Amino acid sequence: MAIETISLSGKKKEVSNKKMNFWESLYLIAIFKGLMITIKHLFKRKVTIKYPEQTRSLSPVYRGQHTLMRDDEGRERCTACGLCALSCPAEAITMKAAERKPEEKHLYREEKYAEIYEINMLRCIFCGLCEEACPKQAIYLTKSRTMVKAQTDREDFIYGKDKLVMPLDMAIKNTQNQAAN
Amino acid sequence: MLTLFYILSAITLGTAFLTIFSKNPIHSAIYLVLCFFSIAGHYLMFNAQFLAIVHIIVYSGAIMILMLFTIMLMNLNKEGEKSKNAWSQIAAVISFCLLALVLLATFIKAQQPEYNYATKGADFQSIKVLGQVLLNDYMVPFEFASVLLLVSMIGAVLLSKKEHINN
Amino acid sequence: MEEAIIIEKSVIIIAVFALTMLMAMYSTLAERKIAAWLQDRVGPNRAGKGGILQPLADGLKLFAKEEFVPNTPNKFLFFVGPAISMSMALMTSAVLPWGDKLHLFGRDIILQATDIDVALLYVFGVLSVSVYGIMIGGWASNNKFSLMSAMRAASQMISYEVAMGLSIIALIMMTGTLSIREIALGQNGMNWNVFYQPVGFLIFLICSFAEANRTPFDLAECEAELIGGYHTEYSSMKMGFYLFAEYAAMFISSTILAVLYFGAYNYPGMDWAEKNWGVNIANVIGIFVLFIKICFFIFFYMWVRWTIPRFRYDQLMRLGWKALIPLSIANIIITGIVMLLVD
Repeated sequence: MAIETISLSGKKKEVSNKKMNFWESLYLIAIFKGLMITIKHLFKRKVTIKYPEQTRSLSPVYRGQHTLMRDDEGRERCTACGLCALSCPAEAITMKAAERKPEEKHLYREEKYAEIYEINMLRCIFCGLCEEACPKQAIYLTKSRTMVKAQTDREDFIYGKDKLVMPLDMAIKNTQNQAAN
Repeated sequence: MLTLFYILSAITLGTAFLTIFSKNPIHSAIYLVLCFFSIAGHYLMFNAQFLAIVHIIVYSGAIMILMLFTIMLMNLNKEGEKSKNAWSQIAAVISFCLLALVLLATFIKAQQPEYNYATKGADFQSIKVLGQVLLNDYMVPFEFASVLLLVSMIGAVLLSKKEHINN
Repeated sequence: MEEAIIIEKSVIIIAVFALTMLMAMYSTLAERKIAAWLQDRVGPNRAGKGGILQPLADGLKLFAKEEFVPNTPNKFLFFVGPAISMSMALMTSAVLPWGDKLHLFGRDIILQATDIDVALLYVFGVLSVSVYGIMIGGWASNNKFSLMSAMRAASQMISYEVAMGLSIIALIMMTGTLSIREIALGQNGMNWNVFYQPVGFLIFLICSFAEANRTPFDLAECEAELIGGYHTEYSSMKMGFYLFAEYAAMFISSTILAVLYFGAYNYPGMDWAEKNWGVNIANVIGIFVLFIKICFFIFFYMWVRWTIPRFRYDQLMRLGWKALIPLSIANIIITGIVMLLVD
């Protein structure tokens, strides 16, 4: 097969410069055909999603706002190793580690935990490298199912632990679901 | 009716003078358009609807637009116009005075028209009557006018084609 | 009796004026909605239910905009431009019949502001004067793109006026009158002019697209070449006037198309309705029928806008001078021959 005749999309059309006959040169029929095509679209289903009322369903691998995970007992998994901050290409993550006290055993899984954990959402490019780097499966971008909202103040984009750590009731629900399964 | 006539006349004369006196050629053209409109108003006062509308279509709607068109494109706003030399100025004044004299003389000598318009009961503002008069009684002058227009059209085409002929 | 006529006419004039404004307002919404639907979108749907208040919101926005005046030596002409456009767009409706007659308060009320003998010529006169709005506005803007666009619009409108006038002559020959009311009356029943003058109708349709500066002949507002066209320098309500005038002109030319060629307010069975239901009901239906026709033509304008791409300037001129004018002259001659043969 010659290269000229190959049509990868299957929509290839041969065009020619042949002389138009009288009726074609009037363009009236062509215009009428065009009108019919456009009128067909008038009755087609519209693909628009009316955003605030309807939201598009997120794909399973959608990367949105980060979540700092809790384990089955509701304890924070993060051990403040700093690998996520290291792997972050945009340098969006900062943290400060602290040692766990004996009475905090029900709060943190490991002996060391992140006292402060902040992500600058203006810097974050949602690449997911932090998720890959984490040895404790503590940070996920796919679990929150929310997008980072727009703000009017730069300070508001720095998300602390109050916004990032998985809410307790969500952790409880997860545990219940696992028990049921 | 009389006040309307005076107002219209004032507009006609005023805009006509402004046409001559305004420095900017575009302003002058626009004043001329206004002048044409007020003349159409005069026609309407004679109950000559057809004439008034045709006057607007032809003069304001076609001729003046083409004129404005040329003036706008030629950009005559610059102060490039040279004043004419003294001889031509004197000649212009003299010829104007002569013309004015002749006109004055005719107006003074002219007698009041004493025709009795034949009242046939026909509606002379109706275009039907107008058409019949134009194409029955005045057929030849009417057709001559069309030939005149044709000649001017051919002349315009010829002028625009001149460059191509020389090449 | 004299006062009654004055009241009657002023009511009709105010009604027609309000109607033109309303239709022009909602044409802006219809334009956006139909554009959206033809492109598989939804269109404006936030202001009011289904976007029904969108024109009000647009108007409010335009009023609130900064009144910008460019540095031009002709401020007065700059203001005059949109005013001429607007008033000319509204003036045509004076001679259009919106229905035959109503029988109210013991008198026949003709549903028309005025029925003059030279109504059709009046329409053409107003059309030709409306070019001034664009020309003066474009020139006074002191912007070369505005000027160029005004020149384009003016030359296009003058050129197509010729073909339009010639196409209408065949119709006048057939009906034997220049009064639009008589033309409308002559199309009783299904006796519509479009069946007798299909070529004339086609030419008239194409020319009215060009006269209204609508796509495919919207060279005056060709964004890629001329920024925004003749109203580039306009803002706030002066801009609104130009846009509004365009839509009002569209409504009026749709009305003219419907009245001259598509039987105006006539519908099959009008005589029967008049006999059985009375004059008033038959004519109220007639007014509605006329509006359906007008709305169809407005829709057609928009439909064509989203179907056919813009012409090039030389194509536009070739179509006007080399195709439409000879065709309309041929149409006149053929109409004359057929009329002679039929007689």
